Amino acid sequence: MALLEIQDLHASVGGHEILKGVNLTLNAGEVHSIMGPNGSGKSTLAQVLARRETYEVTRGRVLFDGKDLLDMQPEEAAREGLFMAFQYPVEIPGIGNAYFLRSALNAIRKHRGQDELDAMDFLPLYKERMKLLEMDDKLMNRAVNEGFSGGEKKRNEILQMTVLEPKLAILDETDSGLDIDALRIVAQGVNAMRSPERAFLVITHYQRLLDYITPDFVHVLVDGKIVRSGGPELALELEDKGYGSAEVDAPEALHA
Amino acid sequence: MSSSVDTIRGLAEQEYKWGFVTDIAEDRAPKGLNEDIIRLISARKQEPEWMLEWRLNALRHWFRMRREEGEPKWANLTIAPIDYQAISYYSAPKQKPQLENLDQVDPEILRTYEKLGIPLTEQKLLAGVAVDAVFDSVSVATTFKGKLAEMGVIFCSFSEAVQKHPELVKKYLGSVVPHTDNFYAALNAAVFTDGSFVYVPKGVRCPMELSTYFRINAAETGQFERTLIVADEGATVSYLEGCTAPIRDENQLHAAVVELVALDNAQIKYSTVQNWYPGDKEGRGGIYNFVTKRGKCLGVNSKISWTQVETGSAITWKYPSCILQGDNSVGEFYSVALTNNRQQADTGTKMIHIGKNTRSTIVSKGISAGYGQNTYRGQVKIMKSATGARNYTQCDSLLIGDRCGAHTFPYIEVRNATARMEHEASTSKIGENQLFYLRQRGLTAEDAVSMIVNGFCKTVFKELPMEFAVEAQKLLGVSLEGSVG
Repeated sequence: MALLEIQDLHASVGGHEILKGVNLTLNAGEVHSIMGPNGSGKSTLAQVLARRETYEVTRGRVLFDGKDLLDMQPEEAAREGLFMAFQYPVEIPGIGNAYFLRSALNAIRKHRGQDELDAMDFLPLYKERMKLLEMDDKLMNRAVNEGFSGGEKKRNEILQMTVLEPKLAILDETDSGLDIDALRIVAQGVNAMRSPERAFLVITHYQRLLDYITPDFVHVLVDGKIVRSGGPELALELEDKGYGSAEVDAPEALHA
Repeated sequence: MSSSVDTIRGLAEQEYKWGFVTDIAEDRAPKGLNEDIIRLISARKQEPEWMLEWRLNALRHWFRMRREEGEPKWANLTIAPIDYQAISYYSAPKQKPQLENLDQVDPEILRTYEKLGIPLTEQKLLAGVAVDAVFDSVSVATTFKGKLAEMGVIFCSFSEAVQKHPELVKKYLGSVVPHTDNFYAALNAAVFTDGSFVYVPKGVRCPMELSTYFRINAAETGQFERTLIVADEGATVSYLEGCTAPIRDENQLHAAVVELVALDNAQIKYSTVQNWYPGDKEGRGGIYNFVTKRGKCLGVNSKISWTQVETGSAITWKYPSCILQGDNSVGEFYSVALTNNRQQADTGTKMIHIGKNTRSTIVSKGISAGYGQNTYRGQVKIMKSATGARNYTQCDSLLIGDRCGAHTFPYIEVRNATARMEHEASTSKIGENQLFYLRQRGLTAEDAVSMIVNGFCKTVFKELPMEFAVEAQKLLGVSLEGSVG
């Protein structure tokens, strides 16, 4: 069974249709990349999958681990193991980063029928993952994303992902605004998480992230539809020729 | 967008968990207010003549105020007319008048406090909190009296203080809030039935937090307690106050007065978690919380710090203030006020700088949800004598949903050119993006709102004693609880 199965997905914002029939299947263990020009609907796809209420699904269906994803609230999807690294991480003043992340982890653990972790149990895990992402200890007890640089915010997203250990991680333009060192560290975090049980959907405008995270499949989204799919070499081709060349033919589901 | 507004709107509904009524026999005065009632209250409490005269004097003044100007009208509040003759001004649980230990307290009352989670039993000594519990109008038990007495700390009911420490009461009663101060202070001075009294002698650091728990139980009564805390030279004391009331359809009046006096180098920290019944969703019932709280930094280098978390009451009218008379004295006011459903709050502080190099800090966090209306009203006054005075004011409002209101009225009056004033203010709304972010990480909408609100209040919560801070956080969560779809 596929981990994520998107069938003929249509979605709009404020009556304006953005996604116009997306079909995509991800299996556990795979890394898929979605590329496309600005305004093609990449972020909308991420937000719809994460169940943001401002996006209205008008047609189609999405199965996540065999369950109807479109029937879920954002927190239900999260507890089922769907994680989205935000393009613009949000600040939560006054709430410590560690406290926030422990609350989130416990909400998910509770859903899975696992014991909740207290602060003492949580700390070693948190510290270890911060180390993996080469994050400054100073950030440990700062308020969530408050006063973080752009790069620190993105790293914090990946930190959360490594702690929450989702089944499906959606990275929404995580590379935007990152310098090359930060990009390398973020990729390190993602690569450390790759496993046969987990899938990634990496959304990016640029090919350079894919130098560090090698995808199994690359899809090109143009005007709300996937117009082309291929292997990692497709990303290089796009880099070379631009998105115009991609609008050749739209293959149906590339793999079963 | 509309659906997330609905979600937020759903949070505006809450359940009041402290709304039970305790079935105990009570000794109650007939309804109405006149000199005979005052005489009755005074007689019930076996008060000396000077106390009765003090009350009658206040009552006459109150009648005059009522005739000439009525209730204060300047607050940003809509208040239904109050029939002062329909209230019973004295209600006490029937019991043996003199209580030496907790075993003599009516077990029903003890069970009530147990339900409220008040540490009334001696085993709570470990928690380091001494409690005076005021049930309706009468103080029913004061714990750890003996231990405090060893250090010379007096912590007892106001009635007892009138009997046993008349010289202290006479000296300080009305010295910070005179009966002429305002309409409700005059009313309180006439009818107050009990409250707490604290005296910390010279050089003593009070070894434990002192705490009073107020509970209104009887119907158609008011609660008019009076608290007086005096910290003598070099003394330090931290005092906690909590309050709840049962659910009733009609409004109940709570008009308390708190006076604090800090002498040279003394420090008083006064913390309140106010959770009176707020009324139902449509605004029926609830407590009218009209309270006058003021501290006087009489001595040099003295400090008075108010911290309040106001989540209850249908209407809150309250301005814990500091008169900074001693040179180098410090006044602080940290406040969280939450109004949900139809609640209204007009709250803030006054910092009156008289002495040289006096400093004050004001941090106010107002949260409005449902149809709640939340007003911050603050006055900072730098008198001519207050050379080198400083004030810092921060005043933030958080709106949840789109039917509530936040209002800010800061008054600044400076008569000395050396003064330094800072004022920061902000108004924000819980963003859909913040909610979505937290929910994407697995938190429910309710928990997400609670977390955002707690973060917003953090600078105030960190001023609260540890145990109280935890309680306050939970209370905010409960106050915002509702039906999330």
